[in-house]
Amino acid sequence: MLTILFDGIAYGMLLFVISCGLAVTLGLMNFVNLAHGAFAILGGYCAYALVNLYGVPFFASLPVAFLFAAMIGLLAERTLYVHFYNRSHLEQVLFTIGLVFMVSALVDYFMGSQQRFINLPPYLQGRFDFFGIGIGKYRLLIIFICALILLVLQLILGHTRFGSRLRAAVDDQRVARGLGINVNWVFALTFAVGCGLAGLGGALGAEILSLEPHFPLKFMIYFLIVVSVGGTSSITGPFLASILLGIGDVAGKYYAPRYGGFVIYTIMIVVLVLRPQGLFARGQSK
Amino acid sequence: MHTISTPQEATQALAKRRAWHWLEVVFWLAAAASVFLLPSQHSLLTQIAIWSLFAISLDLILGYAGIVSLGHAAYFGFGAYVAALFAINYTGEPVTGLAVAAVASGLLGLVTSLLVLRGSDLTRLMVTLGIALVMYELANQMSWLTGGADGLTGMPVDPVLGVLPISFRPLNAYGYVLAVLFVLFVVARRIVHSPFGMSLRAIKGNPLRASQIGVPNNLRLIAVYSIAAAYAGIAGALLAQTTPVVSLTYIDFQRSADVLLMLIIGGTGYLYGGIIGSALFLIAQKFIGNVTPQYWEFWIGFALVVIALFARDRGVFSIFERLRNIVGGKTKP
Repeated sequence: MLTILFDGIAYGMLLFVISCGLAVTLGLMNFVNLAHGAFAILGGYCAYALVNLYGVPFFASLPVAFLFAAMIGLLAERTLYVHFYNRSHLEQVLFTIGLVFMVSALVDYFMGSQQRFINLPPYLQGRFDFFGIGIGKYRLLIIFICALILLVLQLILGHTRFGSRLRAAVDDQRVARGLGINVNWVFALTFAVGCGLAGLGGALGAEILSLEPHFPLKFMIYFLIVVSVGGTSSITGPFLASILLGIGDVAGKYYAPRYGGFVIYTIMIVVLVLRPQGLFARGQSK
Repeated sequence: MHTISTPQEATQALAKRRAWHWLEVVFWLAAAASVFLLPSQHSLLTQIAIWSLFAISLDLILGYAGIVSLGHAAYFGFGAYVAALFAINYTGEPVTGLAVAAVASGLLGLVTSLLVLRGSDLTRLMVTLGIALVMYELANQMSWLTGGADGLTGMPVDPVLGVLPISFRPLNAYGYVLAVLFVLFVVARRIVHSPFGMSLRAIKGNPLRASQIGVPNNLRLIAVYSIAAAYAGIAGALLAQTTPVVSLTYIDFQRSADVLLMLIIGGTGYLYGGIIGSALFLIAQKFIGNVTPQYWEFWIGFALVVIALFARDRGVFSIFERLRNIVGGKTKP
């Protein structure tokens, strides 16, 4: 029971790390980005290639996966995404679905279509008992890293100059521009960091989320749920939503394997219909 | 363009808009001729006709009412399963099957439209996607009824109206599908050129102003969404009747994405876009898919990105734009 809770939290933490970048693009910049999962598998496959094919230590591969996904994200933002900021949502949807298809096919071409596992160092494998709760060492590590990321994100958003610039740019783009904030670069940088985090999440989650070429499409709905249910007015909304989704999904698969997905999609629809602003949104946002 | 001031003038303007252009007549004559002239391509042509109907159905809500849907396959698949189950349990007469599928999918559309109405583009997108996922899960889990992942087989297909046998007769099957497509196209054409269709365009253009001039936005959207769902159901039923198995691929995300892509390739908001788009898509799939079946996905993605990037500047689609102006009665070249 508590083990399921623990696994669910680890799963939710992963979802959060991957989708918090999406919260910014989709929620704050109002850009329907369905391709977010594509950056996650880029990071995942990058880590896989480094660890399994070149023998790089696991911990060294994580920052590389982050940087790799962030660089690609920055490149994509500057060359492609920029053209779509002021387009209709339909065009954004088409463009990002197209990207997902392309990335999936390319990954299939270069890495093969089977599911990949990253070789973990031996000290991260296995479980230990803690007052009767079976705790997977690797999952514990995930929770630790993700909690660290959450903390750092909160600090950056709330207590740095960049954070206040970002919040200003999001609240009112025109006024922020008028104040001399380079909104384009703030967004580009945020987008890159979001993609990097997705890549890091992809690398960390290769074990749990199953790394294969069609990952972006399979998990697209999960990331969207996190963002839309969690709302985008703060970072804690998506965080709570991810944890709930993670626990719900793991518990659902464990207790009622036949209805797991069904229940989650139904809940999503109900929440969206009743609270289009998100479950944890503070009052009326714009 | 002169302004319309009296009801008579408005009626005349509507009648002028819905007059058939000679290009359209040529188009349908060519389609009819293809029944007899291209005997080797009947299976491909049948596919094109079915997808065309499905794309027209999406065009009704996307091109005319501006509802972005990522889950339109829900109604397609529902219609297919209903038609198959109806044929197995009651009668295998295809036209009856289409009618039942249309009613069932239309009702599903009516019920789910209440969910789709609310919220922004993004909410709609996710709700439609969610509906399709729920339908997929349902079809997958209710394997005692739907055959689950193995699909539903053994559906009897009797002669159409008791006279025209279509199973294992590609020529008859194509003729039947094309006839259904034509009839439903004419109906859709009449719908979009009616005052009802005009009010949909008004809602798409600006919901607030539409409601200010007295258009009941929600009722209109519910109506068109249900009609489109019924159309999608008929398309699904047609596919079920012309292929031996109804499977989960009828409802999956790929199908929703494909139909969206077809419609976008052909262009939205003039009904022919769905037909042109699905023809181009399926022909391209046949050729590119034959060369690299595995990486067809890459080229779909590439096409989507390119279209999304340049569709606004018309570019390669200027030809469709011109056609659209001709059909729409605008004289600008």
